[in-house]
Amino acid sequence: MSVFWAICRQHVVLAWRGGHATLAVAFLFIGVTLMPFGLGPELALLQALAPGLLWVVLIMALLTSLDRVFQADYEDGSLDQMLLMPLPLEFVVLAKLLGHYIALVLPLLLTVPLAGLLLNLAPAHLPMLLLAMLAGSPALVLLGGIGASLAVSVRRGGLLTVLLSLPFYVPVMIFGAGATKQALAGEIDEARLAILGLISLASLLAAPVAIAAALRNAVR
Amino acid sequence: MTENTMAKPQKFFLPNPYAEPADLRLDGLACSRGLRLLFEGLSQTLKGGEALALYGANGSGKTSLLRQIAGLLPVDAGTISLGDASSHTPPHTPSRRVHFIGHADGLKNALSVGETLVFDAALWGAPKAAGNTHDLLSLLGLENRAWQAVGDLSAGQRRRLALAKLCLAPRPIWLLDEPMTALDEDGQQLIDTLAGEHLAAGGMIVASSHVPLGFATQTLTLGAST
Repeated sequence: MSVFWAICRQHVVLAWRGGHATLAVAFLFIGVTLMPFGLGPELALLQALAPGLLWVVLIMALLTSLDRVFQADYEDGSLDQMLLMPLPLEFVVLAKLLGHYIALVLPLLLTVPLAGLLLNLAPAHLPMLLLAMLAGSPALVLLGGIGASLAVSVRRGGLLTVLLSLPFYVPVMIFGAGATKQALAGEIDEARLAILGLISLASLLAAPVAIAAALRNAVR
Repeated sequence: MTENTMAKPQKFFLPNPYAEPADLRLDGLACSRGLRLLFEGLSQTLKGGEALALYGANGSGKTSLLRQIAGLLPVDAGTISLGDASSHTPPHTPSRRVHFIGHADGLKNALSVGETLVFDAALWGAPKAAGNTHDLLSLLGLENRAWQAVGDLSAGQRRRLALAKLCLAPRPIWLLDEPMTALDEDGQQLIDTLAGEHLAAGGMIVASSHVPLGFATQTLTLGAST
């Protein structure tokens, strides 16, 4: 178990030193700031579009760093070592993705309320928005990891990662934005939240296995 | 998961005498990369305390053989087994019995030398040895480098740092891919010393090289027939 946490901690340290978190947070913030310039300053319109916009920008911000989760390890030979570590590769993968979640997604989720206020969401809407994102974001990282692991041996595979991951993101996007929209109407959408949580749990079971298989194939 | 190995008292620098001395058997191994057959019908047995040196031209399959033994590369034919249990029959069982040191050293440029050692110790399930980081660094010839970023090290110094896990987490089989590359005379001496201690403790080494390896007890030249 200590090996698991060591892998997780190392990934967090490396992600912070690489500046990925700062970049992703800046990306999210700039993306949201640009929206009113394109859509016009009409407050009611911004509020109506906010759930969808925030989810799209969150996914984009996440994808700016996701392609590097395993690729850096592939390039410097750490991937070989990961296969020999005293922990099954599936758990090594899970530890790295958990590290990625802590280092990147949590800072992003802390930025989201501020970005929401920029899009004229009321403070009362924010808890529900964050709840939906907390339920759905593990799936974003886990499913994105599948795309990242498939593109690991491709040079400049960042765009490929995006193309491979986006189809997986559609369900999360639908239910996430849907739940957030309900929050604007002042309702708690338990059904959609439960489905988001289900998608996250299902990815938690399936993604590490798929990613480990892709990585084993990549080191051959 | 690692409690059993951690509970055993272990010397820090010396590999512990391995509980079950087991033979490493390569039986009728074949390897092809793309359409090219690198070797076939390769058989060799290595007992505890023995070291096999792999020689051969570039592209003759030295690295591929090492990766096959590590379980990183599936075998095209034949078996690799350790003792009675054929530990490598499923092509990709993560092998906890080997250390593999290849050309890509797996070091993280953003970490300092000291941090690398701390993480290495944790990642490989080494016994707690924080107080001994200094000793390990001086053993590797990296004294006073603990605060230096790995990215600022020279090729030879990186090579030395990559050896740290051999000392931190004892494993019976060492797979070294051209260990002498980039090392100065002291560094090559260091490899000989570490290898000697490992073999004396009953470990096994398979190492590829273009220079004669002093610690080798067997040699195998790949690609002799092609």
